[in-house]
Amino acid sequence: MSAVRVLVGTRKGAFILTADGKRERWDISGPHFAGWELYHLKGSPADPNRIYASQSSSWFGQIIQRSDDGGKTWQQPGTPPGEPTTTPDGMPKGESNKFAYDTSSETGKPLTTHQWYDGTPHPWEFKRVWHLEPSQKDPDTVYAGVEDAALFRSSDGGKSWHELPGLRGHGSGSSWAPGAGGMCLHTILLDPSNANRIFIAISSAGAFRTDDGGTTWKPINRGLHSLHIPNPTAEVGHCVHRIAMHRSRPGVLFMQKHWDVLRSDDAGDSWHEISGNLPTDFGFVIDVHAHEPNTIYVVPIKSDSEHFPPDGKLRVYRSRTGGNEWEALTKGLPQSDCYVNVLRDAMAVDSLDKCGLYFGTTGGQVYASRDAGDSWAPIVRDLPAVVSVEVQTLP
Amino acid sequence: MIRVTLPAHLGKLAQVDGEVTLEVAGEVTQCSVLDALEARYPMLRGTIRDHSTQRRRAFVRFFACEQDLSHEPPDALLPDAVATGAEPFRIVGAIAGG
Repeated sequence: MSAVRVLVGTRKGAFILTADGKRERWDISGPHFAGWELYHLKGSPADPNRIYASQSSSWFGQIIQRSDDGGKTWQQPGTPPGEPTTTPDGMPKGESNKFAYDTSSETGKPLTTHQWYDGTPHPWEFKRVWHLEPSQKDPDTVYAGVEDAALFRSSDGGKSWHELPGLRGHGSGSSWAPGAGGMCLHTILLDPSNANRIFIAISSAGAFRTDDGGTTWKPINRGLHSLHIPNPTAEVGHCVHRIAMHRSRPGVLFMQKHWDVLRSDDAGDSWHEISGNLPTDFGFVIDVHAHEPNTIYVVPIKSDSEHFPPDGKLRVYRSRTGGNEWEALTKGLPQSDCYVNVLRDAMAVDSLDKCGLYFGTTGGQVYASRDAGDSWAPIVRDLPAVVSVEVQTLP
Repeated sequence: MIRVTLPAHLGKLAQVDGEVTLEVAGEVTQCSVLDALEARYPMLRGTIRDHSTQRRRAFVRFFACEQDLSHEPPDALLPDAVATGAEPFRIVGAIAGG
C-alpha cells in the first residue's frame, strides 16, 4: 500500500509525519535537531530514503544534514570525525556546511557586493540555506538556494558545495537589494523535460532562468508590475514569493508575488496577472494539483504588513481554470479569529488519488486535505512556527 | 592537554558529552585551540568561526578563568591555567533571545 511522508521544518526543529495511503492516522516523529531552525527538508525523487535538511541558527550558522533511511537517522555528509580535513596534498576535503561564494576570475568579473538598504554597495555574506532541491535523477546531486542570494550545487551527496556563479554574475547582481526578509534565493524549479533548464526566484530581485544547466542566466520578469519599486516594470527588483509548475507542463509557471498572482505560458518570458476574484492577491505559497495542471492553490494573506488571513478566516483558494476564477476552500479550516501566516515553502501536494494537499502555519498547525482541498483537518496543532512543508508519496 | 567545553547544541553535533580534551602543538591560543578542535571534529567547522573570514560568530563567546576572552586577538596566548589544563576553555552560546 502506498504511503505519504510529510517533512516539516519549523523554527525549533524538524518533524516527520507519516501515514498510509488512507491518510487518516498519522505518526509524528521529532523534533529532529531540536532548537535549530529548519528552513527546509526535501526528499530525493530518485531515492525517497535520501532526504536533505537545512539546519541553521543565528548562533552557530549553517549545517546540512542528510538522511539515507527516510529520516530515521541523520548525518552531516562532510568529513567524518577524526579524519583529516585536507587531502595529503593539502586540498580541503568536503565540508557539508561550507558555502563559499565563487569570486574566481575564471567565472568572469568577481562579484563581491550588492546594493544595501541605503543604496551603498554591501559585501555578499552567506547567511543560510533557504531551499534544497534534489535532482530528479541523481540522489547525490542537490541544489541549494541561499541568503545572500546565490545558487549552489552539490554532486557528492552534500559533502561539498559549489556556486553556480553565472546567476549572480549575469549583469544585474550588483543592483539586487534585500527586502525585509533578507535577500534569499527561495525557489528552485528543475524542468523535468529539459535537464539544462532551471527556474529560480529571489526576494527581492525576481525570477531568473537558465537554459544551459546554470552557466548563464536571464531575468524573466516581463509582465510583473510592482508599485513598491521606482520603475514598476523594471527588469529586476520584484519581490517574487514563490513559483510553481506542473511537471507535465513545465513551460507553464504560476507565481505568487508580493502582491499579485501571475501566470506565464512561455517559460517565464512573459507573465500576466490571474488574481481575479481573490479577496487579496498578497500571499506567499502557490502550488499545483498533482494530476490537474490547471488547478492551482494559494492562501491569500491580508497585506504585506498584516501577515494573516483576511477577516481572521483561514482559506485556501483554488482555481480549476489556471487562474482568475477562484473558490474559497474552508471546510475544516478555522473561520474566525485566525491570525497565522503561511510561509512561502509551507505548502505541498502528494500524488495519490485523490490528490492530497498540506500546509503549515506560523501558529504551528499542519493541515491536510485528502480530497484536493475540499475538506481539511489538522495533522498536528501545536508545533513551533512552521517554515516549510514537503511531502513524499511512497510506494 | 587542553580542556574545552562546548555549548549543548555543538556537543550534540560533535556527538560528545561533557568536556573535550585536545592536544595542541606549540603556543596555546584561541586560534590553535579552535584549529585542533575543528581538526578533531570537522562538523564544527563554520559553527564557531565563520568559514570564510575565520572570525568568531557574533553569538559565540569564549570564556576562561572567569574572564571574557571573546575580544582578545585570536593569536594571543591563553591563560596558563588553560594551557596546563587546570581550567577549561569555555565556548559559550550567547544569551541572545530565541
